[in-house]
Amino acid sequence: MKNVELMVIGGGPAGLCAAIKAAELGVSVLLVERDRWLGGQLVKQTHMFFGSEKQHAATRGIDIAKLLIDKIEAMENIEVIKNATVLGIYEDGIITIEGEGKYQKIKPKAVIVATGASEKTLAFPKNDLPGIYGAGAVQTLMNVYGVKPGQRVLMVGAGNIGLIVTYQLMQAGVHVEAIIEGAPKIGGYLVHASKIRRMGVPIYTSYTVKEAEGENDLEEVTIWRLDEGWNPIPGTEIRLDVDVICVSVGLTPLSELLWQAGCKMQFVTALGGFVPIRDEEMQTSVKGIFVAGDVAGVEEASSAMVEGQLAGLSAASYLGYTVYNIKEIKQDLLHQLQALRSGPVGEKIRQGISEIIASKEVAAAAEGL
Amino acid sequence: MRIQEHPILSFERGEKVFFTYNGKKLEGYEGETIAAALHAAGIKVLSHSIEHLKPRGFYCAIGNCSSCFMEVNGEANVRVCVEPLKEGMVVNTQIGKGDLL
Repeated sequence: MKNVELMVIGGGPAGLCAAIKAAELGVSVLLVERDRWLGGQLVKQTHMFFGSEKQHAATRGIDIAKLLIDKIEAMENIEVIKNATVLGIYEDGIITIEGEGKYQKIKPKAVIVATGASEKTLAFPKNDLPGIYGAGAVQTLMNVYGVKPGQRVLMVGAGNIGLIVTYQLMQAGVHVEAIIEGAPKIGGYLVHASKIRRMGVPIYTSYTVKEAEGENDLEEVTIWRLDEGWNPIPGTEIRLDVDVICVSVGLTPLSELLWQAGCKMQFVTALGGFVPIRDEEMQTSVKGIFVAGDVAGVEEASSAMVEGQLAGLSAASYLGYTVYNIKEIKQDLLHQLQALRSGPVGEKIRQGISEIIASKEVAAAAEGL
Repeated sequence: MRIQEHPILSFERGEKVFFTYNGKKLEGYEGETIAAALHAAGIKVLSHSIEHLKPRGFYCAIGNCSSCFMEVNGEANVRVCVEPLKEGMVVNTQIGKGDLL
């Protein structure tokens, strides 16, 4: 068994920032990542980020990943295990991992769970045909491996991911037939939507998929319009000749480990599903277990990075490490989160988070790790 | 199906390697995933649903959804969307749930 001070589960934007921040305060960190490389989903984000300079705005996601990974590699008190999956968090505080055929037991004094989220799917007949992919899957195939998902794409969902991936498909030389969105309004930033419209891709709002067709893989799709109550209107069908449907209907937190660890969970639609009750500084209802990023509520990578730093600091405090201006740093991070969640776009997120924030005493009332 | 030119990215592909898919010789690049190499060769059907044997491809491409299980070098239930391609790999469509032992 391996004894460590802090274990960070997940090497995406939240986990990387958490590991760096805790290590800066002197904590010995073990970072475990299931993929062959660090960076999480940043490695396929070719677009420039929003936010402010502090969250690397105007830098491409792929370059932010490089910056963070360089920092991690330069720090002597961060050990990284890649290509290993965390299997479970047990009652006695032991965490098991498996990778490259090796099974290991880890006993950390504190844990930051930064496992991210997985893509949701959409229910319609034949939605399991090959060629119907999550938007993230399409990004991975195109931007990491340089392979086109197909020739003609229907994008489902006009949130930011749907809009950005549409643009990325066009950059890769793939034709996007249309974007459809079930809601009456485009969910993503209008600056993205306008750009795509100018490039000739129609966006149909209040439309959803009626059914997909194809023998072995996707050959055709029928869409239809929704009325104000989200009921489909017969007679409004449009058939589209596409070989790819890219499903971009949101993400849901990968929270299995938190359930297993006994963290109090709550279903919050605005945050993507079940999320842990936590205090303002990211500690869950189990003392010593902290969260950061999409697993704590689905948002953008920018807020995941800030949450990661906050969780890193909190875990360091919990372990007895500090720095003279820790209060100010925490305040600054909380202000950054506030700014990222400001405005009408962040309204649902703010509302959702207000449902799961508990005071420090209440949140950590349960037994420790 | 491979992207040849891209305004932002340049793809650093590994060594060219050969592997077999259901007995057929295919080529890909070392280090890319088996699913990426298959997709580049136009193969989208990776697995079949257990009850109705309906064709399935990947959905998430990052190891979450288990929709891409294939038999690789005799080992069942390999997530080909995350398994790196190596020279000489034997990749086959899996029949049934696959045996553990």
